[in-house]
Amino acid sequence: MSISRGAPKRPFSSMTSRARLARWALSGPPLTFLAIFFLIPTLIMALASFGWPGREGGFSPLWYHDAAGWHFDFTLGNYRDIFTLRLFLVLYLRSLGYALATTGFCLVGAYPLSLVIARARVGYRNLLLLLVIVPFWSNFLIRIYAWMIILGPQAALSRGINAVLGLCGIRAVNLLFSPFAVMMGLVYVSLPFMILPLYANLEKHDPALLEAARDLGASAWSCFWRVTFPLSVPGVIAGATLVFVPALGAFAVPDILGGTRGIMIGNVIEMEFLQARDWPFGAALSIILTILALGATGIAAWAARRGIKAYG
Amino acid sequence: MALLEIRKATRRFGHFVAVREVSLEIEAGEFFTLLGPSGCGKTTLLRLIAGFDTPDEGRILLDGCDITLTPPERRPVHTIFQSYALFPHMTVADNVAFPLRMARVAHGEIRVRVAQALREVQLAGMGERLPQELSGGQKQRVAIARALIDRPRVLLLDEPLAALDLKLREQMQLELITLQRLVGITFVYVTHDQGEALALSHRIGVMNAGRIVQLGAPDAVYEFPQTRFVADFIGTCNLLEGTVRRQTGARLTLEVSGLGELAASARTPVQVGERGVLAVRPEKVRIAAQIVPAPGEVHLQGVIHDQLYLGDVTVYKVELAGGRLLEALLPNSAAGVVKFFEVGDHVDLAWRAEAALFLHD
Repeated sequence: MSISRGAPKRPFSSMTSRARLARWALSGPPLTFLAIFFLIPTLIMALASFGWPGREGGFSPLWYHDAAGWHFDFTLGNYRDIFTLRLFLVLYLRSLGYALATTGFCLVGAYPLSLVIARARVGYRNLLLLLVIVPFWSNFLIRIYAWMIILGPQAALSRGINAVLGLCGIRAVNLLFSPFAVMMGLVYVSLPFMILPLYANLEKHDPALLEAARDLGASAWSCFWRVTFPLSVPGVIAGATLVFVPALGAFAVPDILGGTRGIMIGNVIEMEFLQARDWPFGAALSIILTILALGATGIAAWAARRGIKAYG
Repeated sequence: MALLEIRKATRRFGHFVAVREVSLEIEAGEFFTLLGPSGCGKTTLLRLIAGFDTPDEGRILLDGCDITLTPPERRPVHTIFQSYALFPHMTVADNVAFPLRMARVAHGEIRVRVAQALREVQLAGMGERLPQELSGGQKQRVAIARALIDRPRVLLLDEPLAALDLKLREQMQLELITLQRLVGITFVYVTHDQGEALALSHRIGVMNAGRIVQLGAPDAVYEFPQTRFVADFIGTCNLLEGTVRRQTGARLTLEVSGLGELAASARTPVQVGERGVLAVRPEKVRIAAQIVPAPGEVHLQGVIHDQLYLGDVTVYKVELAGGRLLEALLPNSAAGVVKFFEVGDHVDLAWRAEAALFLHD
């Protein structure tokens, strides 16, 4: 057999024209949907980020035509402000930190859980998965407000912690409206998005591989690090992306649980659009956020692929 | 002392008894095969030896040491899985190096030994490939190299050739025999393919319903099956039910309904009046248009009912008096196309009384 390594696969090379037509017929509607509701708005945002705010909110036209001919009205001022004002740098870094920490906590928390579910007996497995999905049945905001109550100063959790701190002679803390509360909220809402892709990956692993590893002298620990984990990297990347990107732009969780100390870049973007009514500046902020998210996931995917090659 | 000893091992799954009080001794350097139909417990027994499972009762000893509860990673026993279980994210070389890495062998030595092992299985230069880029036979060789690189005391093989096509299977059978002789490691081989078991093994343990029903060298098991199950499962066997009428020493006279009295031999004590079967292999049956029976031969007459031309041999199904069918085998030894008989021909059949075994029901 002559198989060259890494040869590109062309699954559609032998397709008939009918099959090609079917492919377009099936993928056309979702592609059109994405183009209209994702690609075009993103381009509008990108353009808007170079404009001036309109007199009553929105943004002023980027170009217009009058008797003197075409006029272009672009500015780099929004970006200059973002890069020169330290406040925004701090907010971006803080959001990045929250998103990274959320991803990390979710990974550490979700991995053992996904593994347990994936290796449970089949009937039991569906029940456990159902339990992971159950929170989605109630509204996102309601669940966040529930955390407000759980972390509130009158709740058992706060009182318990403060009682212990009091015994140690440490000043009482306020759990709510703090970075801690934001972290709790973010991890809580993101956890299922890490569990599900990880489970989907782990569930497909051939149990014979683990038996082979044990048989050939690997301890349970080596089995995990040399077989299970490397094979689960695609699931880890999928889960990390699903958690990291929304966490980076989160605004409802910090808005409700964070108070003034837990503010994230998403809150600022929201304020620019809704309160300050400076759309171009809000657009510039969100374009940078988008670039950050793309960059971070790109690096993660690249690092993971490198990591997997270095294994073994 | 035997290298591997299994003492009254029993393994139950709920109410189902997969392995039932199996006792077995396997010598160092032996090629031992567990043969049986699917569900007979042979794979369960293999998993008990590998350590993936522990017996509910009984002990397993290796070199006289009790390893019943030793985890698989601490047994000097490796397994070749039916699916090969190569690590898909590792190259061929990394797969083969795995047991050495686990044993913390120095890097330089690993490189040398892996190269050597790949040469031994004719995969030199393939070290950088990934398992999915290999053919079935090549994957098989990687699995063998990986399992043998740290010289285990026992190698367990779980139907390793089942996924290969016929030609490749025959080639791999020969390679396995050569390899086993070369490395001198004890092989315990599991298969449901009786031909494979006969070709490969020093000894065969035939399993049925969780028990070892017969143990012995391939020719002994084939020629002298002790039970109807073994006679039927290994090779093809004509079985004629009858009752013992007379006995003189090892010679019996059996009354078979419709055929009268037939001579047979017995290798176990038999009582007059006992019911059982007369077992005679098709290749022991002489078939000709006319046979003058020699002394000590059983002689019957019949009509050709069916024939199966297999190239090297032709199998004739002969209808006897009373409608019973008996298979006889004739090698196509004459040059050119020769048809000995046609359907409907009258033929004579004969076999030596020693070739017909009486088996208890």
